[in-house]
Amino acid sequence: MTPFRPGGRARPADAPVRIGGGRFPWLLVVPALLGLGFLVLPFAGLLARAPWSTLGTRLLMPEVRDALLLSLTTATAATAVSLLLGVPLAWLLARTRFPGLRVARALVTVPLVIPPVVGGVALLLVLGRNGVVGQYVHAWTGYSLPFTTPAVVVAQVFVAMPFLVISVEGALRAADRRYEEAAATLGATRAVVFRRVTLPMAAPGVLAGAVLCWSRALGEFGATIMFAGNFPGRTQTMPLAVYLAMQQSPDAAIVLSLVLLLVSLAVLVCLRDRWVSAP
Amino acid sequence: MRRPPALLRAPLAASVILSAAACAPVPDGSAEDARTLTVFAAASLTGAFEELGGVFEERNPGTAVEFSFAGSSDLAAQVNAGAPADVFASASTATMDLVVDAGGAGGEPVVFARNVLEIAVPPDDPAGIGSLDDLAEDGVSVALCAEEVPCGAAARAVLDASGVEFEPATLERDVKAALTKVELGEVDAALVYTTDVAAASGRVRGVPFPEAEEAVNDYPVAVLADAPEAGLAASWVELVTSPEGAEVLSGAGFRTP
Amino acid sequence: MSPPDAALSARLVVRRPAFTLDVRVEVAPGEVLALLGPNGAGKSTVLRALAGLLPLSGGRVLVDGRDLTGEPAERRPVGVVFQDYLLFPHMSALENVAFGPRCRGVRKAEARRIAAGLLEGMGLAGYAAARPRSLSGGQAQRVALARALAVEPRLLLLDEPLAALDAHTRASVRSGLRRRLAAFDGATVLVTHDPLDAMVLADRVLVVEDGAAVQEGAPADVARRPRTEYVARLVGLNLYRGRAEGTRVLAAGASGAAVPITVPGVHSGEVFAAFPPRAVALYRERPAGTPRNTWPAAIDGVERFGDQVRVHLTGELALSADITPAGLADLALSPGDEVWASVKATEVECYPA
Repeated sequence: MTPFRPGGRARPADAPVRIGGGRFPWLLVVPALLGLGFLVLPFAGLLARAPWSTLGTRLLMPEVRDALLLSLTTATAATAVSLLLGVPLAWLLARTRFPGLRVARALVTVPLVIPPVVGGVALLLVLGRNGVVGQYVHAWTGYSLPFTTPAVVVAQVFVAMPFLVISVEGALRAADRRYEEAAATLGATRAVVFRRVTLPMAAPGVLAGAVLCWSRALGEFGATIMFAGNFPGRTQTMPLAVYLAMQQSPDAAIVLSLVLLLVSLAVLVCLRDRWVSAP
Repeated sequence: MRRPPALLRAPLAASVILSAAACAPVPDGSAEDARTLTVFAAASLTGAFEELGGVFEERNPGTAVEFSFAGSSDLAAQVNAGAPADVFASASTATMDLVVDAGGAGGEPVVFARNVLEIAVPPDDPAGIGSLDDLAEDGVSVALCAEEVPCGAAARAVLDASGVEFEPATLERDVKAALTKVELGEVDAALVYTTDVAAASGRVRGVPFPEAEEAVNDYPVAVLADAPEAGLAASWVELVTSPEGAEVLSGAGFRTP
Repeated sequence: MSPPDAALSARLVVRRPAFTLDVRVEVAPGEVLALLGPNGAGKSTVLRALAGLLPLSGGRVLVDGRDLTGEPAERRPVGVVFQDYLLFPHMSALENVAFGPRCRGVRKAEARRIAAGLLEGMGLAGYAAARPRSLSGGQAQRVALARALAVEPRLLLLDEPLAALDAHTRASVRSGLRRRLAAFDGATVLVTHDPLDAMVLADRVLVVEDGAAVQEGAPADVARRPRTEYVARLVGLNLYRGRAEGTRVLAAGASGAAVPITVPGVHSGEVFAAFPPRAVALYRERPAGTPRNTWPAAIDGVERFGDQVRVHLTGELALSADITPAGLADLALSPGDEVWASVKATEVECYPA
């Protein structure tokens, strides 16, 4: 007669999970490669058709430099504004309950859904010289926002902030709230908990959101050209320059697109490296 | 012709047998007989061409006219990239030349309409614009088209020739965008074509000015070299250059040759 | 009602749908109280309510005589060591410990000095710069304790402080924790479901079942005289409740008939009778001789238990018996076999219910 244990046998906890019995996962890899090719091939097309011989002279044109500089500064400013407003908004959506929360959450995504040009018109109707709000500003201060560099930032914030909010909200939802409780027991007020625990622990989500936001702001075209207009050095960002170059000289448009592509790739790769290497 | 793949062959055969067995009289496949004329035209031609399209379809039963209205440069790029169009009507000779130089035109382009600039102001005209010189006054905000698009090139030519200098608030990507800014009252004036003012009548007011004669914009039309319906295309060119075509175009604010 | 010298004196009422917690907790300065109970009994609810992380439906919390009932967590003089420790992963060990003092207004340099001192006291001086994820379970536990102590709490709460550790490190961490808790002069409440933790670490045990306190006492008393089936199983005793008539206790049998248990000494009224499994002897035939309790029973199952074999028996009285493997072999027992179980009356502990 053998003694028996009712407890059951110990499970090997560290055994790696193998999917599909170790066979090559064709079902995933094939569509994945198709997807990658679909996204990358258009860029390959740009590279293939780039007018390499005149590339240098075109790159040195002051218009290109101005548009690039303006794009980089406005996209960065738009990201900063989005962080300032979007992170608290994400916190509100993720962590509080109030009547109309679901509606508010849906409203945040509106700029993602409507065509940016319509967004630009909407901004004009509100913030323009004759806009719902803008007319008072204009009447009292004589200031008119459209056609100024700040207007570019406003248009970019409008279309890009939702990316940040959604990303940060997701990170805040996924965060383990017990750490916040731990901080509270150590004497941290709500503000300190948010600043020193919630935000640092949600940092990857915030950073991912900021990168998305920056990229979207950099590529923003429709709302910008509608709300801020197009004037070289003041409101003409790279996408606008690309569009207008396309009207006259597709070669120039290709060059501008390549510049935009390379600069944004460089920034994103650097950012990602720093983000991944920093623990 | 390529043989259909095996998977398709069986049902195809079945349907052939079935229709043969039914012995039903098959009506003349209208889908095969209908002919479609594809016209690529500058956006400013929208109203006039749609009206002429109706006339054309009436005169040529079984024919449908399909339009693609867009900026002339976009259309030129599409034609040069092999878009299946029969006719190209451009808002400038320069954009037409892009197609001609690429060997895309089937014949010599014909100018069928002309357009001149006008100052568009909001109906209440807050800045009190009466002449081109007024645009250069302090505090007047003006939208021009970007020089890369035809209306911007025309505006630049007019301003250079008349020596009027000012910094515009914005260089819009097309006439419609410039007009929107006027309609919303965000700018006091815009330099657009008479046809655009005619199309937006009620929402903006037009102020003609003599300097506009410095940049009269020619609208050329051409049958395309690779036109699938070259015959219909030639008829279309004939229609738009006829007196009847001229009447419709005048109604839309164009001058006709 | 509450002793004036209590460091912690609380009555906690928390009402939820399908669950109500209502317990009193009194802890003297320097005393360690262990909350023992099955999962879902409400132990963690007690801790969260004391920490201010859970609003009370009723009752109040006094620490050193100060009413904390309405105070939010961040204003309570309470330190908490959480299950899984919850060390902030983006801070070093030192920053984790310095976090509390910083939040309570201590200047940065001073907070770091305090933290360094505490880490040194925990034997972790070399790990000040280490991130939590690079620490072993035992080290993390000490950092968590240092972090909780850094705010100089008057009440220290520990939620399953050893549950995250593997069996090897557990024993040494347990004795280290015992030394450190002994040095703390405030009240300590510790939640555990491991009776050994309670026995080693606590001065007093409060057993919570289903939202209510069911037994309280010194660990040894609780271990010797369990009052619920849960505690009896935890400390490994056979426990019966019945009516005492002289030296006999009439326990309720499985069929409803009263089963007599002979106990040492004379008792009356409702009592518990408890005896350890090793006091039970098994026989094939009914043994002769009278000072023993003997009951017929059937073998339900057999399992190894240390160097003994634990035999589970069913019958009028369900009970466990620990016998030697040799004894098991001699008896040639297998599940379903009928045997006689026998316990000396002197081995039975009898106490009022």
